[in-house]
Amino acid sequence: MIDGAAAIARGALDAGCNFYAGYPITPASEILTHMLRELPKVGGIGLQGEDEISSLGHCIGAATAGATVFTATSGPGLSLYSENIGLAIMMEVPLVIAISQRLGPSTGAATASAQGDIQFMRWCTSGGYPVIVLSPTNIPESYHLTNRAFKLAKRFRSPVFIATDKETVMTTESVAESEMLNAPNWPAILDEPVDKPLDPYQKNGTIHHYTGSSHTEEGHITKDPEIIAEFNERLKNKIGDQVDEIALVKTDLQEGADTLIISYGVSARSMETAVNQLRDQGEKVSALTVYSLWPVPEMKILGCLKGIKRVIIPEMNHGQYRHEIERLANENVDLIGVNRVDTFLITPEEIIEAYYG
Amino acid sequence: MVEPILDTYIAEENLPYEFCPGCSHGKVLGALSNSLKQQGLDPSEVVIVTDIGCVGLSDKYFVTHAFHGLHGRAITYASGIKMQNPELTVIVLIGDGGCGIGGYHLLNAARLNTDITVLVFNNFNFGMTGGQHSVTTPLDSITATTTLGSTDAPMDIAGTAKVNGGGFVARATAFDKDLPDMITKAMHHDGFALIDIWELCTAYYVVRNDFGRKEMMGYMDSMNMESGILQETERPSFQTSYKGIQEQASKQKPMSGLVLDTNFSSDIEKPVRIVLAGAAGQKVVSAGNLLASAATLSGLWTSRRADFPITIQTGFSVAEIVISPEPVLYSGIIKPDVAALIAPEGKAKIARLTKTMEESDTIYFADGLGDVDSPANQLPLEFPESAKKEVHKNISALTAGYLTKQLNLFPFEALQEAVRQIQKPKIAEINLGILAHFE
Ligand SMILES: Cc1ncc(C[n+]2csc(CCOP(=O)(O)OP(=O)(O)O)c2C)c(N)n1
Ligand code: SF4
Ligand SMILES: [Mg+2]
Repeated sequence: MIDGAAAIARGALDAGCNFYAGYPITPASEILTHMLRELPKVGGIGLQGEDEISSLGHCIGAATAGATVFTATSGPGLSLYSENIGLAIMMEVPLVIAISQRLGPSTGAATASAQGDIQFMRWCTSGGYPVIVLSPTNIPESYHLTNRAFKLAKRFRSPVFIATDKETVMTTESVAESEMLNAPNWPAILDEPVDKPLDPYQKNGTIHHYTGSSHTEEGHITKDPEIIAEFNERLKNKIGDQVDEIALVKTDLQEGADTLIISYGVSARSMETAVNQLRDQGEKVSALTVYSLWPVPEMKILGCLKGIKRVIIPEMNHGQYRHEIERLANENVDLIGVNRVDTFLITPEEIIEAYYG
Repeated sequence: MVEPILDTYIAEENLPYEFCPGCSHGKVLGALSNSLKQQGLDPSEVVIVTDIGCVGLSDKYFVTHAFHGLHGRAITYASGIKMQNPELTVIVLIGDGGCGIGGYHLLNAARLNTDITVLVFNNFNFGMTGGQHSVTTPLDSITATTTLGSTDAPMDIAGTAKVNGGGFVARATAFDKDLPDMITKAMHHDGFALIDIWELCTAYYVVRNDFGRKEMMGYMDSMNMESGILQETERPSFQTSYKGIQEQASKQKPMSGLVLDTNFSSDIEKPVRIVLAGAAGQKVVSAGNLLASAATLSGLWTSRRADFPITIQTGFSVAEIVISPEPVLYSGIIKPDVAALIAPEGKAKIARLTKTMEESDTIYFADGLGDVDSPANQLPLEFPESAKKEVHKNISALTAGYLTKQLNLFPFEALQEAVRQIQKPKIAEINLGILAHFE
């Protein structure tokens, strides 16, 4: 029996995380308490910053000194992380951030689950540069995707989000031990960074200038338009060109189905229940669970859209990921959102109702 | 005297400084270079963390490591670097502007006591953005944003560090001959050190306020803000304190999931959704855990959600348990199969759920909580006669026992085993005593 907070903390520790700084906020506080309790046991460092800004500042500083860093918060804290996330992108600092979503806007319903920060994670900082966002649907995936997030952060020297929610983080569930111990059959993430690895500050090491300003390869501030353009293109492309490597989905396609249900996170569990029930009733229906929300796994989604006339997208917001599907789907495809922002999870029945229209 | 290894720490190929003529920033950078020379530090063991502003242009003038982050946050990066690698000597260069926007980092770093040295380039206004007023702008000053004179009381940066636990705090000016020595002293201090260095911004503050070196010294006197070391006290730095914490923690066992073997069995065929609704202090969630664990011990799949107000010691406390022969996918409960009402707060909280229940569903209620607005079958919780005196203190555990007996989802022994496996020995003993009433 375990909850998502413990699974995420275990995933981080097993991935070699040795530095955590964060600020308490429901429903992410449990991750903070686990990490602060566990890290000193293994010689790591965990601390509560005076706010989210300093917490992420500590993480970024520690990362340039060689730490493998992690932090977690919820929507309001992500607002305060925003500027530092831009810094991490610019400095190319590997950084894993779990966002345990609660119902906003603002303080909102702090103890209710939501998926309202899916676009916010993608566009949370100035400039619009890409980040990677992974979303687990259950506890074993919370563990394994956290582990994967650290690999991606290192490989792409980039912030990587784990988009989770109150429901997944704070619900205790029984889980088969084997599902926690055995890694799912996902394509491996290569160990070596796509560009140069981050070389930390070290006594007797190479001298480094890490900066949030546009800079040359040596880290010196530059105003040279060509160098700036080249650098910014590289920041965009290092993730944009590797969508296929980052893409991670679970497909459950049925021969002859012309309806596809697409979901992610906790809502994907309601989708799975609905799909089982519909098939029990003799319906033909396909399902796609998106784990790597950003960059959008376009090829995988397009592959699933073949022969599809209707797409149902359950998500606990006003239709944020539906926009991404909309730009991929052919205009003859009917897009139907199943959305909820009233503190309740989306029920399988609602999805079935949408299916029968 | 340490043998110098470099004549200067200034990256001479990047000179001249791009500061305005007469700007004090270059003077302070020279003093820092001299201090590093005095200390004979290897450039690779020094990290200079610069804030934003004209002062933030400084990193490129040093042959050491450098970090140039966000406005006001330099101190947070410096602490992170030092925590991760205590071998490094970490120095922050920050303006009065940075100390304003990042003021709480400044006072919290003093409290945290990471072994970093903060040099404040205090020129009484924002140089880089055009001479707007800052937290240290003297009263009545003319700045770009106080054209008729500033009315805010100026902040005493050194004083702030001092009262918040800063181990080494000094005030100085860019013109002090002994500034390099002062910087060396600050850097030698084991813990947070800050020097509030007063300066001239010749482009803005000086010209708008006729404020030269003489006027600055006069202002210092008039404010009774003397220069020199203001505080020098020893207390364990973060590194030292945290090492102690790591030592203690290393003796504790690492976290592990709760592994439950399935020693019991159950023959239920479909999911059962149970809601326990009570009040804070009744240990409702822990009773929910017992039911979920007992089901898990019986080879079933479970989820247990908890719902309570943010102020957890008041109001309702609700546990939602799904018990299923298949892994639980949808963990919510829109319509419970079984509800147990054990406090008015819980009854009110789940009124919406109980209303949706059907005739085939059951609501069990504690004394006085019957008459629920619901078509469900409604039965009183009938605890064994011998347990009557436990009801007041331990109603949740009693309810778990009662539901286990009534619903027959898994063996009663599984519940007892759950108590033994998941609860602390003292609490387990009490609860096993309570469950004994059902035998
Ligand atoms: C978040 C944010 N807000 C505003 C700015 C714009 N800005 C750049 S420098 C500066 C003030 C710098 O003043 P100070 O720290 O005193 O340094 P000086 O230029 O005087 O050396 C401001 C407000 C910024 N870079 N970031
Ligand atoms: S604007 Fe002021 S602080 Fe900036 S370089 Fe010029 S004199 Fe110095
Ligand atoms: Mg200034």
